[in-house]
Amino acid sequence: MDRERILHIENLVKSFDGVTVIRGVSLSLFRGEHLVVLGKSGSGKSVIMKCVVKLMEADSGSIHLFGTDIGSCSEIELAAVRHRTGYLFQEGALYDSMTIRENLLFPSRRNPTLKKLSEKELQDLAEHNLENVGLKEAIDKMPAELSGGMKKRAGLARTLMRSPELIIYDEPTTGLDPFTGEAIIELILKIRETYRTSAIIITHDIKCAELTGDRLLVLSDGTIIGEGPFNELKNHPEERVRLFFR
Amino acid sequence: MMTFLPEKIGRFFSDIAGIIRFTGLFFRHLFRRPFETREFINQCFRTGYQSLLLISITAIILGLVISLQIRPILADLGAEAWLPNMVFISIVTELGPVIFALLFAGKVGSGIGAELASMRVTDQIDAMEVSATNPFKFLVVTRVSATTFMLPLLVFYGDFLSFIGSFIGLKAYSNISFQLFYSRAFSDFFFSDIFPATIKTLFFGFFIGIISSYTGYYSDKGTEGVGRSANTAVVASSLVIFLIDLIAVQLTELILGI
Ligand SMILES: Nc1ncnc2c1ncn2[C@@H]1O[C@H](COP(=O)(O)OP(=O)(O)OP(=O)(O)O)[C@@H](O)[C@H]1O
Ligand SMILES: [Mg+2]
Repeated sequence: MDRERILHIENLVKSFDGVTVIRGVSLSLFRGEHLVVLGKSGSGKSVIMKCVVKLMEADSGSIHLFGTDIGSCSEIELAAVRHRTGYLFQEGALYDSMTIRENLLFPSRRNPTLKKLSEKELQDLAEHNLENVGLKEAIDKMPAELSGGMKKRAGLARTLMRSPELIIYDEPTTGLDPFTGEAIIELILKIRETYRTSAIIITHDIKCAELTGDRLLVLSDGTIIGEGPFNELKNHPEERVRLFFR
Repeated sequence: MMTFLPEKIGRFFSDIAGIIRFTGLFFRHLFRRPFETREFINQCFRTGYQSLLLISITAIILGLVISLQIRPILADLGAEAWLPNMVFISIVTELGPVIFALLFAGKVGSGIGAELASMRVTDQIDAMEVSATNPFKFLVVTRVSATTFMLPLLVFYGDFLSFIGSFIGLKAYSNISFQLFYSRAFSDFFFSDIFPATIKTLFFGFFIGIISSYTGYYSDKGTEGVGRSANTAVVASSLVIFLIDLIAVQLTELILGI
């Protein structure tokens, strides 16, 4: 089957102050796929994803996102690739000096595609996206007034503004109670339906991994130690992989 | 955490290099479209609003105190008539710019340091970076431009209030009219006094903005990074104010031959 490969990481290495955190990670993501990266806290999951959108520079290895070589592309190419990618930060990363509405509109007004829309169209789009994440009533609140789960929803609505083809979810359920976590999982599935996105979901939440991922990668000590569908990995011959599914 | 001296010295020089690079980045982004004009105006209002009351109170007291301190000395020498002039020159050329800039660094600089640091810590700067917003332009260029633009205005305003303050101080002992005070204050007052002082405050404002933004923008991760950034912003800005002042004094002498 030749599906379009939208992300291809090869032999990624990254260290901080002489400590190597990522030691040669390779992975691929195909269009339409939801890939889960499973790993303990501090195993470097966020670091890999930050390298993908060039918030950090890799020490070595190559990253191709939508066919663009992230390591050597121009600023314009990088902007184009980032435009197609949504990034949901661990805590939502809402701009805390702006209302939720402004959080959605502020980046949109600077977006090469979205700024062509009229102010009214942008407003409607913002409301529509907030409605899709179930947060319409909070549109004029400040981020400080929202709970952790609501912040993640708002952060998600913000990335949905530019209709990304790929969404990177950094620990979407971490720090939430089980009910809110489940609601977020449902939201991820719903977004997949409505927006036809591909996604990488970083998590250490087994339930989230099981429900959202078509394919899983297990990251440990900076390398990938297991890969496959959930049920396959659960019965993996190696003990250290099975350990994650207890 | 305690750090060893060589390490500290190393960090000091790497920070200097960092600030130079940061300044270069500022000028590169300053003239590149699109301009964040609205945010610049917003920041001007914020900086002005934050420091206005502080500068007002300090300025009046400063004028008052100088007037009260110097008057008896001049009276002994029988040169009381020189007072308005002396007060004004000392405030406009030296005390005003330095004192108001220090206050400004304490209030506005620490605010910028803490705000940018907390944005860094909570991934807000990264979030801008991955959407189409240029965080350097939106956050740093607007703030540095605002401090550079606002500090000279605030210093003028402070100078003016100090002038009023010293008049009040003098009025308590003599019934000098405001007109007389005014004309005496300006009797020996040249453009060459106010011009170097204004240039100097432009530099004060610029470096307070640059240093505070730098410490916040590259803050360490973690909540303590926020406190440290705010702190470093004030300490480093204050040191640089004195340093620029020293250089400015030498330069003015050299150029104007006063
Ligand atoms: N900017 C940085 N500077 C120095 N070290 C860093 C930096 N970012 C991450 N690290 C280090 O890299 C390692 C992996 O961090 P990362 O944030 O990727 O973990 P994670 O797998 O996302 O964990 P969590 O589940 O807690 O988010 C950690 O040991 C961390 O200390
Ligand atoms: Mg993480």
